[in-house]
Amino acid sequence: MSTIALDRGARHGLTLAWRGVLKIRKNPEQLADVTIAPIILLVMFTYLFGGALAGNTDAYLQTLVPGVLVMNILQASMTAGVQLNTDVSKGVFDRFRAMPIARSAPLVGAVLADVVRYVVCVAVLLLVATVMGYRVQTGPVELLVACGLAILFGLCFCWAAVFIGMLLKTPQAVQGIMIVLIMPLTFGSNVFVGTETMPGWLRAWADVSPVSLLSDALRGLMNGGAIAGPLAGSLVWMAAAVAVFFPLATWAYRKRV
Amino acid sequence: MSVAIRAHGLVKHYGETKALDGVDLEVPEGKVVGVLGPNGAGKTTAVRVLATLLRPDAGHATVHGHDVVKNPRAVRSLIGLTGQYASVDEDLSGTENLVLLARLLDHSRAGARARAAELLERFELTDAAGRAAKTYSGGMRRRLDLAASLVGNPSVLYLDEPTTGLDPHARNEVWAVVRRLVADGVTVLLTTQYLEEADQLADTITVFDHGRVVAEGRPDELKRRIGSQTLQVRPTSARDLDAVQRILADLTGNAPMRNDDTGLLTAPVDDPVLLSTLVRKLDDAGITADELALRLPSLDEVFLALTGKRSEADKQTEGSVA
Ligand SMILES: Nc1ncnc2c1ncn2[C@@H]1O[C@H](COP(=O)(O)OP(=O)(O)OP(=O)(O)O)[C@@H](O)[C@H]1O
Ligand SMILES: [Mg+2]
Repeated sequence: MSTIALDRGARHGLTLAWRGVLKIRKNPEQLADVTIAPIILLVMFTYLFGGALAGNTDAYLQTLVPGVLVMNILQASMTAGVQLNTDVSKGVFDRFRAMPIARSAPLVGAVLADVVRYVVCVAVLLLVATVMGYRVQTGPVELLVACGLAILFGLCFCWAAVFIGMLLKTPQAVQGIMIVLIMPLTFGSNVFVGTETMPGWLRAWADVSPVSLLSDALRGLMNGGAIAGPLAGSLVWMAAAVAVFFPLATWAYRKRV
Repeated sequence: MSVAIRAHGLVKHYGETKALDGVDLEVPEGKVVGVLGPNGAGKTTAVRVLATLLRPDAGHATVHGHDVVKNPRAVRSLIGLTGQYASVDEDLSGTENLVLLARLLDHSRAGARARAAELLERFELTDAAGRAAKTYSGGMRRRLDLAASLVGNPSVLYLDEPTTGLDPHARNEVWAVVRRLVADGVTVLLTTQYLEEADQLADTITVFDHGRVVAEGRPDELKRRIGSQTLQVRPTSARDLDAVQRILADLTGNAPMRNDDTGLLTAPVDDPVLLSTLVRKLDDAGITADELALRLPSLDEVFLALTGKRSEADKQTEGSVA
């Protein structure tokens, strides 16, 4: 009986994920923030500052790509909040709620559809990086693990986005808060420059921030180098994000939906 | 006859606003109840409570015996809802919208496609089936929304202002659909701001104002209380307003409604022959009129007749009454 219920719940979640994917396909411009924006960043930073920062652009690109990947996934995971909020405020969820389906199905569907966004975002970025001259120094297994870690990172942090998305009234407000939150997380990190030249207070944060730690772990996996330390640190961050934001997100979702 | 929807003492407050202030409602199986009320009367709030989307602060409601708060899942498997604002997914096509809902109701892939095609055909949307819903006109969107609420073959259907904003042709189409559903045995709770719509479709009309039921009855009963038509006079000179008011009161036996800004007097009448009598009386008194007409009563007049006071919303839209 309960396995049947679970089975139906999963199926409804998948059906709603299909809706999300369909919407992405209909509005590919929705993916601009996770495809075009990072490409511009990659090109701009590499050719403008790469020479000055790392001696030559090729060396800079090697350290930049894993970092931009992390930053990008974080950005992609934040859009879940905006999308959910839009669905709720437009009344689309009212129809789902008046149907005999699991209450969590729309949320499960939204998060599953997000994984598709993450995959697109990783694929596009790696493709562009390769065209620009980036080369993975390790092997395909390490690369796959790196991509998997990035996607897992997005899945862990998207609960913060769901929480904010369910708490605020309008999609615009959600978007605004997301930008305020993402800026210090991404720029206060070692994605673009090493932390050595930062003032003490900023360095203290940038050295332990989740974006820095995962960037380092991905650099180790994709370019070679230390993996264990930064990987352990990023896993702690991911677990903490889930521990804090998953209950908050489900609480806010239940209150709203 | 069994009761499909039963609500008792429903209360829902938003701060100071009493959206619902003790509403009782009963809809017999297979019948249409029209909930008539001005803006802010609590119609949508009532529908949302009955559709399990909103918890009432007090009172309880059942659909075919299932409590909307305690057993929402059972209620949801019986109902269909077309909300006041179209809730179709604008990015998806008509077909995709309906297939999605059919899949959520556990139709097989092929079954879902067939159900979608059947409903699109029935609502004359086959030609637009593949287009994104955001390219649909208001009437088409409404029809798709209506189709969406029928995917699961509900035995109880809620329609929240299904024809607001539609042109007369589209309105007639929606009415035809509702009549066909009722012929098939579906119970319908319909909200509207139009007396005519309630009159056309409903077996019983419940009038809401400020979260309360202020009147209830069969359309003909209510109309008898309201007067089936309204006599409307605008004397050429505002000085004649008093005299005309006396003549109207005399003639109809009701106190006419007077608007000094527009110089318009209106009074409910049952007998259309009174119009020619009025013409003669005005002639005798040497009064000329710019406007002299018989028309159906407006919602404002319904409220005046039923509650003895005018509805808040209609005071503001007075200028548009003509
Ligand atoms: N979520 C809410 N928060 C605060 N007030 C609300 C909320 N929902 C409804 N109200 C208030 O409750 C009252 C009844 O609203 P409701 O939407 O039920 O009216 P209605 O009869 O459907 O009106 P309309 O004809 O404009 O659709 C209104 O005064 C409205 O402002
Ligand atoms: Mg309403």
